[in-house]
Amino acid sequence: MLVEIAHFALAMALGLSLVQMIIPVWGVRRNDIALARVGEPAAISVFVLLLFAFGVLMYAYAVSDFSVQNVAENSHSAKPMIYKLTGTWGNHEGSMLLWVLIMALFGALVALARTSLPDRLRAGTLAAQASVTVAFLLFILFTSNPFNRLDPAPPEGNDLNPLLQDLGLAIHPPLLYVGYVGFSITYAFAIAALIDGRIDAVWARAVRPWTLVAWIFLTLGISMGSYWAYYELGWGGWWFWDPVENASLMPWLAGTALIHSTIVMEKRDSLKVWTILLAILTFSLSLLGTFLVRSGVLTSVHTFATDPSRGLFILIILMLFIGGSLALFAWRAPMLRQGGLFAPVSREGALVINNLFLAAACATVFIGTLYPLALEGLTGAKISVGPPFFNATFLPLLIPLLLLLPFGQSMAWKRGDLLGTAQRLAVAIGIGILATIGIFAATYGGPVAAPLGIGLGVFLIASALWDLGERIIGRASGARAIWSRAIGLPRSAYGSALAHAGVGVTVIGIAATAWATEDIAVMKPGDRMTNGRTAIVLQQVFPRTGPNFRELVGRFRIEIDGKERGEIESTKRTFITRNNMQTTEAGIRTFGVSQVYVSLGEIQPDGSVGVRMYTKPLMLLIWIGSLIMGLGGALSITDRRFRVATPAKARSPKGPQGSTGGPSPQPAE
Amino acid sequence: MPVRLAAALVLLAATFGPALAVTPQERLADPALEQRARQVSAGLRCLVCQNQSIDDSEAPLARDLRVLVRDRIKAGDSNTQVTDFVVARYGEYVLLKPPFGLHTALLWGGPALIFLAGAFGVWRIRRSAAGKGVGESLNAGEQAELARILDKG
Repeated sequence: MLVEIAHFALAMALGLSLVQMIIPVWGVRRNDIALARVGEPAAISVFVLLLFAFGVLMYAYAVSDFSVQNVAENSHSAKPMIYKLTGTWGNHEGSMLLWVLIMALFGALVALARTSLPDRLRAGTLAAQASVTVAFLLFILFTSNPFNRLDPAPPEGNDLNPLLQDLGLAIHPPLLYVGYVGFSITYAFAIAALIDGRIDAVWARAVRPWTLVAWIFLTLGISMGSYWAYYELGWGGWWFWDPVENASLMPWLAGTALIHSTIVMEKRDSLKVWTILLAILTFSLSLLGTFLVRSGVLTSVHTFATDPSRGLFILIILMLFIGGSLALFAWRAPMLRQGGLFAPVSREGALVINNLFLAAACATVFIGTLYPLALEGLTGAKISVGPPFFNATFLPLLIPLLLLLPFGQSMAWKRGDLLGTAQRLAVAIGIGILATIGIFAATYGGPVAAPLGIGLGVFLIASALWDLGERIIGRASGARAIWSRAIGLPRSAYGSALAHAGVGVTVIGIAATAWATEDIAVMKPGDRMTNGRTAIVLQQVFPRTGPNFRELVGRFRIEIDGKERGEIESTKRTFITRNNMQTTEAGIRTFGVSQVYVSLGEIQPDGSVGVRMYTKPLMLLIWIGSLIMGLGGALSITDRRFRVATPAKARSPKGPQGSTGGPSPQPAE
Repeated sequence: MPVRLAAALVLLAATFGPALAVTPQERLADPALEQRARQVSAGLRCLVCQNQSIDDSEAPLARDLRVLVRDRIKAGDSNTQVTDFVVARYGEYVLLKPPFGLHTALLWGGPALIFLAGAFGVWRIRRSAAGKGVGESLNAGEQAELARILDKG
């Protein structure tokens, strides 16, 4: 009964989303505030209904109600409770429901936000967002209903794919979804602005926190997914340029460009048309990712189930929203008034270059992901586009961007000074060069590019901190003056410094992968495998039984410089509930930010076992850096200007903590 | 997108079991040759997998290819000769780095083309904006407009 009510709640949510989509637009047209504000309670109700529906589905998973087809197909009564719960979104139907739930959550938050959002903008945004919700609710109700019943109910379920029975499933998809779907709000803001024909700094200020939220979650989602792949797949890789990963990287690159271009728009009333276009493109790329993964175009297991009607449905949604919004853009954008002018060498100019590189990098990933599909469709020729292509095309765009980043970060608005900026960065540049030389000397004979990468990372961190320090200390003298400047500096200045330093940390982690080692051997208990200072000794191999699997455990002792430093357990699991499917659970031991990674291979007839040992120096920095980036973004959101409802123009444009955000007061002129 | 990476995991590993691709028995005794074999293998796609090199894959076909690569290297082939041999047998699809050619011109040239087009666009917009001038003196029409506004005020 509960399941039927949840099904009904889905239908109700669809009806209310239609109300949310139509009535506010009508209200705005008739200048009827009461009607225009109908979208707000509607958005909140849609969220409550979907939350209920999702809760019911989760409950059905928790109690293993196999009369629900979705539960029977994807769960098992012996599965640990945590994986029963996370299994709710470990399948097509459940994940689509989570998608619209998060969408409705964002709608409700816009409705509730206590910011100075103009009524017309709020109404238009809620209506535009509701149109996407309507499309996806129709998709769920017609092609992917999670509440279908089975009669008679099977006694036992099929269980979830063992690779998904991991804490990663609890963390990675929800984070990623909040990121993806969060950009729907930015998209809705853009559509509302285009329809309204008005766009200014108020718009940029209203949009920026939402963009940041989406960006933070997407950053964390991608990063946690990468870590999950790293420890679960068992060969120590962390990024594979898989189409599925690319599908999440594209909106991230576009979103990163977007958070930078909205700064220009907010501060200088410039780059409006481009920002609107980016907002549309970012969410379009999220939708494209949905299509790629859900439609089965990528011909693989990750579509959970391949059903052509689903692919077609999503393709229609895709064309409707991307095509429609781009047409609207082409029609209305020329009416937008361009704003402030700036010299080529200026903060704005630097951010334009940032956007140019990021957009080109995004286009590169787009081409690499879709070209093989297009080529095969058009000519029948089959080619593969793998990591070598992306390394050859993506990195040449990314490296100059990172090298230029510190210059843009410490340049003045409107009219900058390249030489002066370089002088201010002299210390950071020096530190970067010294780091490169030092590491090169210390690892002489090793990989050549790695020290350069480390130097770049160090340069990014040093310049972010140096720039921040200079803003705080500046020409102030005395602890009190410095303290008050430190307090007075906007949070977003700390946020951007932190985020850019995080980029540097990640770059160091990536560069250090060049020093990773890999050894393969057949080992018997008592055998030792050594690489450099690290050695592992296989102590014993024994079987063990888990709740829904059997596993073979290899227990190793780790020695570093001949001293015992703990144990590693590496296992091979066989899931009896799922056709004896096997997974490897790599044994990972962390020392500082470096790791020793051991995975188990085939067991040989004579009882010995294949073992792969990796040493991964500084590996964790890759993900720690992304956490720092996310933290920087979070700090920026708490900036005062997003909490205080003051229109931009009312403030002094040059005040010490005035309307400027990223950077501080204009450097001395 | 749902469970995107999870999904990647599913396909990268699940279908072909746990990943521990190169087995000790396959390895060549000469470390220099083995090193070359790994280099070549890393550029060859496992044909029955999704986006996985034969060096990373557990699939039986990938194993056969690894052995083949090592046999050719032992027989004295250069890296290019080995790769060409495999391509002759399995087609271009086996190359993770797509070959340069007319049919891949847009693939390889696309990123640079887009970057240059973007740079050109920025330059054009800048130039037309610079035409209006930052801090240039006002033209006659603007002077008149300014005078009109000041008079009103």
